[in-house]
Amino acid sequence: MRLLTLSQLTKCYDGHTVLDAVDLTVAAGETVALLGHNGAGKSTLMKLVLGLIQADAGSVSIAGHGPGSAGARAQIAYLPENAAFHPALTGTEQIAHFLRLRGLDPRGAGALLAKVGLKEAARRRIGTYSKGMRQRVGLAQALIGAPKLMVLDEPTSGLDPVSRREFYALLADLAASGTAVLLSSHALTEVEARTDRIAILSQGKLVADGSLAALRAAADLPMTVHLRAAAGQAQALVAAFPEGVRRVDAGGDHLTLNCPQVEKFAVMDRIRGAADQVADFDIHPPSLDDIYAHISRRAA
Amino acid sequence: MMLRRIFSTARLEFLIALRNRWVGIAAAMMILFALVLSLAGAAPSGAMAADRLSVTVASLTSLAVYLVPLIALLISFDAIAGEVERGTLPLHLTYPLGRGELLLGKLGAQVAVLALAVSLGYGVAAVVGFVGDGVAAVAGLGALWRLVWTSVLLGAVFVSLGHMMSCLARRPSGAAGMAIGLWLVAIVLYDLGLLAAVVADNGGRFTASAFPWLLVLNPADAFRIFNLAASEAVGAAAGLAGAASAIALWKPLASLLVWPALAALLARAAFGRVQP
Repeated sequence: MRLLTLSQLTKCYDGHTVLDAVDLTVAAGETVALLGHNGAGKSTLMKLVLGLIQADAGSVSIAGHGPGSAGARAQIAYLPENAAFHPALTGTEQIAHFLRLRGLDPRGAGALLAKVGLKEAARRRIGTYSKGMRQRVGLAQALIGAPKLMVLDEPTSGLDPVSRREFYALLADLAASGTAVLLSSHALTEVEARTDRIAILSQGKLVADGSLAALRAAADLPMTVHLRAAAGQAQALVAAFPEGVRRVDAGGDHLTLNCPQVEKFAVMDRIRGAADQVADFDIHPPSLDDIYAHISRRAA
Repeated sequence: MMLRRIFSTARLEFLIALRNRWVGIAAAMMILFALVLSLAGAAPSGAMAADRLSVTVASLTSLAVYLVPLIALLISFDAIAGEVERGTLPLHLTYPLGRGELLLGKLGAQVAVLALAVSLGYGVAAVVGFVGDGVAAVAGLGALWRLVWTSVLLGAVFVSLGHMMSCLARRPSGAAGMAIGLWLVAIVLYDLGLLAAVVADNGGRFTASAFPWLLVLNPADAFRIFNLAASEAVGAAAGLAGAASAIALWKPLASLLVWPALAALLARAAFGRVQP
């Protein structure tokens, strides 16, 4: 079931098109990452979904409800980038308030804060919290009442690697129970293997929308092959791989070459054929950052 | 459900006001001024009034006209602009909480702070009255009670106007400036302007027809007229309120009742234009 449907969504500010005819869907139980540089239109897209700003053209549907309507608000949870709260309130008071706004029992605040690792700090004022702790309060409020759609704006900025892993574990639980998740991020490395689909925004346009494997195939970047020559075999190796670039350092005599995806078996055969000259080899698929940069650049 | 959301917002705002010391500051200001006025302020009225408390109420009225709107604006100007600056507004507006509900919650909490402050301040005046005059001070209780609820209405008007400034300015510093400007214009310059017009008119048509209405249209003047005219202490008041003693009582009362709703609607309209 599609929980979020954007069609031809367009937003302009002062004649400048920030979001240009974007089509995107998120289904129940699906996690979609929205990637893009600063100013690519990620936050604008999210604000349109939340109904905080109005689109100039196109439409947003949240399980059949218009953005910002009571029906939509009841189903969406939002985690803003750099979640902020009034410093004079304690974590418990803030979460209890949010629970009441959703018509739930405010006594659930303690359990929610414990779930995000803030059990000890729950009764302290938010003004004394670190950035990561505030982000956790933000996460706790986003978990209220098992939302159908979660909109998370750079959710892991400010979290340390361990917290980040815990965060994605929580997200996986939610997705398993049918929550649709739309999250934004700067880097592909960050969302790798944790999302079902990746949508890339570049200058307001959706330039890619698919699984990581699909994006990888579409980018069709060459793999990188590193060869280390066996003792005294450097010259022979260079002769066998004339396209390689030679580099000598304390670790030995190296050769680096690019290998298009379609030729990877052929290159493997050549390496096997030159087994006497090769002491060791590594094959690196194109890095996620390479793919992301390639797709963004191609669009521009 | 709607009431629950408004109450929860009001409860949170009251907590914030308590911790930001606004409750303490507002109460301390009112108590201090009420104490000074009830101990010393009765002197100029001489033998005019029957009891000391009634006279104190007249002095308190003149003071409350300045102080209540000032406190109301001080505790309200940050309401929306502060949320915009802290970045807490977008999240609030994604909850099932209407903009009107959010404003009503803040209004409720801030009016409660004011109600607490004026009740404590005027309560101190009552205590001083009873200590000084004994049972005779009972005569002034009606006027004092009237002063309490009209002060709360006047405060509600300026809390909502503060919210409006907060929405229009979008930044706390700008909202503070606008709030002080509003206070100066509505409380100080408005009366001076009217006074100048009356003097220039020298008993002509303006003084007879337009002036009473212009006086009643300003909630602060309506507050003063209503309190002074309703009690027997009119003689203790000088200036504009004295000149307006001929105004029928229902007019300032209507002004005091309509203004809180009108100001709240103005604030809501201004809030509608804020893009988080």
